[in-house]
Amino acid sequence: MASLKHLPAVKGAKVLMVGAGGIGCELLKTLALSGFQDIHIIDMDTIEVSNLNRQFLFRQSHVGQSKAKVAREAVLKFRPHISITPYHANVKDSDFNVDFFKQFNVVLNGLDNLDARRHVNRLCLAADVPLIESGTTGFLGQVTVHVKGRTECYECQPKPAPKTYPVCTITSTPSKFVHCIVWAKELLFAKLFGDKNQANDLNVRSSDGASSSKQAEDVFEHRKDEDIEQYGRRIYDHVFGYNIEVALSNEETWKNRNRPKPIYSSEFMPNDLSQQNGSMEKNGAANDISSVSAMASLGMKNPQDVWSLKENSRVFLEALKLFFLKREKEIGNLTFDKDDQLAVEFVTAAANIRAASFGIPLHSLFEAKGIAGNIVHAVATTNAIIAGLIVIEAIKVLKNDTKNYRMTYCLEHPTRKMLLMPVEPFEPNRSCYVCSETPLSLEINTHHAKLRDFVEKIVKAMLGMSLPLIMHGSALLYEIGDDLDEEMVANYAANLDKVLSELPTPVTSGTMLTIEDLQQELSCQINIKHREEFDEEKEPDGMVLSGWTQAPSVVKDDKESIANAGSTSNEPSVEAEKNDEIEIPPEKKRKLSEISEAVYPDLSSVDGDTRNPDKLQVLDDDDELMIFDNWDSVTDKKIRMQ
Amino acid sequence: MDGEELTEQETALYDRQIRVWGAGAQRRLSKAHILVCGITGTIAEFCKNIVLAGVGSLTLVDDRAVTEEALSANFLIPSDENVCAGKTLTELCRDSLKDFNPMVRVSVEKGDLSSFGAEFYSKFDVVVVSCCSFTTKKLINEKCRKLSKRVAFYTVDCRDSCGEIFVDLQHHKYSKQKREETIECELHYPSFEESISIPWKALPRKFSKLYFAMRVIERFEEVEQRKPGELSIADLPAVVKLKKELCVAQSLNESHIPNVLLERLVTDTREFPPVCPIIGGILGQEVIKAISGKGDPLKNFFFFDAMDGKGIIEDVSGKP
Ligand SMILES: [Zn+2]
Repeated sequence: MASLKHLPAVKGAKVLMVGAGGIGCELLKTLALSGFQDIHIIDMDTIEVSNLNRQFLFRQSHVGQSKAKVAREAVLKFRPHISITPYHANVKDSDFNVDFFKQFNVVLNGLDNLDARRHVNRLCLAADVPLIESGTTGFLGQVTVHVKGRTECYECQPKPAPKTYPVCTITSTPSKFVHCIVWAKELLFAKLFGDKNQANDLNVRSSDGASSSKQAEDVFEHRKDEDIEQYGRRIYDHVFGYNIEVALSNEETWKNRNRPKPIYSSEFMPNDLSQQNGSMEKNGAANDISSVSAMASLGMKNPQDVWSLKENSRVFLEALKLFFLKREKEIGNLTFDKDDQLAVEFVTAAANIRAASFGIPLHSLFEAKGIAGNIVHAVATTNAIIAGLIVIEAIKVLKNDTKNYRMTYCLEHPTRKMLLMPVEPFEPNRSCYVCSETPLSLEINTHHAKLRDFVEKIVKAMLGMSLPLIMHGSALLYEIGDDLDEEMVANYAANLDKVLSELPTPVTSGTMLTIEDLQQELSCQINIKHREEFDEEKEPDGMVLSGWTQAPSVVKDDKESIANAGSTSNEPSVEAEKNDEIEIPPEKKRKLSEISEAVYPDLSSVDGDTRNPDKLQVLDDDDELMIFDNWDSVTDKKIRMQ
Repeated sequence: MDGEELTEQETALYDRQIRVWGAGAQRRLSKAHILVCGITGTIAEFCKNIVLAGVGSLTLVDDRAVTEEALSANFLIPSDENVCAGKTLTELCRDSLKDFNPMVRVSVEKGDLSSFGAEFYSKFDVVVVSCCSFTTKKLINEKCRKLSKRVAFYTVDCRDSCGEIFVDLQHHKYSKQKREETIECELHYPSFEESISIPWKALPRKFSKLYFAMRVIERFEEVEQRKPGELSIADLPAVVKLKKELCVAQSLNESHIPNVLLERLVTDTREFPPVCPIIGGILGQEVIKAISGKGDPLKNFFFFDAMDGKGIIEDVSGKP
């Protein structure tokens, strides 16, 4: 390990870094100082102000530029003679195929989302290149080593489903501030400014549901010639007043709950509209969309302040007005984005007014933005520590020092005196559909389920394939690709709307389907089993995939549910901030009461990667047995702590 | 002082970390003054971390010139000779650090550490000492302790792929979150001298080998009047002999200080680059905890060895 002894292995190595964010900046610097001379780095992102507190290779003047390119320039200043090749691109681009990955000795991930991590994992397996994974949130972090056939792959352990909330909690019975945020963002914001064709549960179902919702539909339309202030107040009174009155009429709902209070704009706003106006002039140049702000026009400055109900009402109306006056072209196409100031203001105000109605404490814009945008906590120190640990593992991989590979947890509270806790890597999970050839099994109603359901719910959502190809024997049922001719496209489109048993090559009980992703070079087999009935509550998808363990998802008390989606993504996974993902370290150890109380932050908002340690046994130097709770593993595993 | 609000600019820049430690802690950070003595790769990492975190000021002391060794693990020194011409090590580091965060005042102080009086140290809230002798460490620690205000004192040393941090927070009051509650806590720390005077046999049976090994090296450099890190493989026999003497005197089984570990520490006295961000990261977190008064600080030694990958806290205060 001595600093000079590792040099030959390091100097000749060609490494690929994926991600130039929080961990990426630290990693690139540490690789350069450690003597690495040929580093390739991929990142599709550009630099933002909130990156500057930890992504130390970037300056204010770099805001808006490519992270990968600026990071390269910054590191060359102190190590000018090494080769750094930046790619301002998405790692999922087809340029970065298996052949591209094969040129590297090791791949180092500093990524922010499950989707990209799974993709890189598959390419590394296909190219047979070792992968070092990492993630941080707050003071917690981890580094893991994945070598094909020797250690588990990134997907050997199930990843948790994103947190979702039952529809009725969001629409009718919120009890936490996050419920109000989800309502404001996923329902109200989407209803007013998003795609009008999207299904939306905004209106509560009254006892005579059908008729009132039809009538309510028109409420959200901005009528021609309607004064914009008038429109805003109409929306306000409808969603915070009328809808609550309707909900209150369902006596059954409130038997064991506090009754909400309807709120009308006239309580806070004089009917004379001219007084409440913010000053539009304060918004500066009318064309600069990013500077349009209700807070600015109302003269409110501190995002840490918790606004009164009246202030929230003013922000709500002002933000709504500004959307229509300054950003009208975008209406109908907007999705919530945590970096869209006006959208954050609107959602904060709407969530707070709703919270006030339901007796839930109000929150500041700063806090609301964090919840709505799923912003993950991030500090420089943890990223630096994790980067150091990645390089230590990378050097072991390059020296083929297999017996010393470790996965390391960076903890907030010491566990058996350790803040940095190394653990021997796990063996591959033999039933992992990604790194082993074990077929999966799918229970599905082949007479009712359409190929489209199968593609969306299984192939894309669960298997994480982006360019899938589905085969039944030698017959192609479906594929996605750029090079298809029109006839094939039409055929596949027709197939999508057919139920499985009526496909040109029928899929019935006992059929073995082969699903491939050519880019990921991943192929897996699914054994189809017909099943007539599914439990709507427990099996809302109407299909059950087994052979690989999905993480336990949040218990739903309603067959539908709403996720607090990532700020820029419509995918089911929750977007976390760059490089800020973590698996929960084994935390609940029955034998170690003093640590079992360690407070880990709620990582459920972090996409992907939460581990559930269950029955994991760790052997110490002294053969002291420790048992972890809740590890969702196929077999009990024994780990020798080194 | 908590009454003052963060500016809009501060809130935007520190957004992600305020979400970790809160606006109150951020305000305390922005009023803290840090002194760092001895520039190494680990110290460069530490300085980067606290400048990014947004401390009030950072003062650097180190009169050494830029040498190749100083460059080896330090990313604060640009390789451009035109930029470096005529500047000292600390001045170059200062310039780079200023660039990381314009809101932090970074300055250079010249002179000999041991000659600075109590008044000098009283200007700081945190003093971090690296690559200086055993005697100097004790001296500065005592000077800090004599002041009427509490000055947090740290030493940090990296050799080969090993690192050690010592912490003296004297009396430290802080709060921590336990479930929903906020709990007020208090810790008492011994000085560096008090700590290392604790008889080895009084320490727990299972104890970090690095602690003992570092004490042997420290004693060796002291006795032989070497500068920190001024060692080579040729010194190993003498170091091993000293180890035996110390083990006999302290009634410690020699197996607690393996010769292979001593060999690593005398052979490769330079920092192993990937260890710098690890030790500099832990130290940065600890200083942030000490200033903000939030979260359990480590008491009172921390050890990391890349060979086994463990980062361990040891309490050497005589009151385990
Ligand atoms: Zn696997």
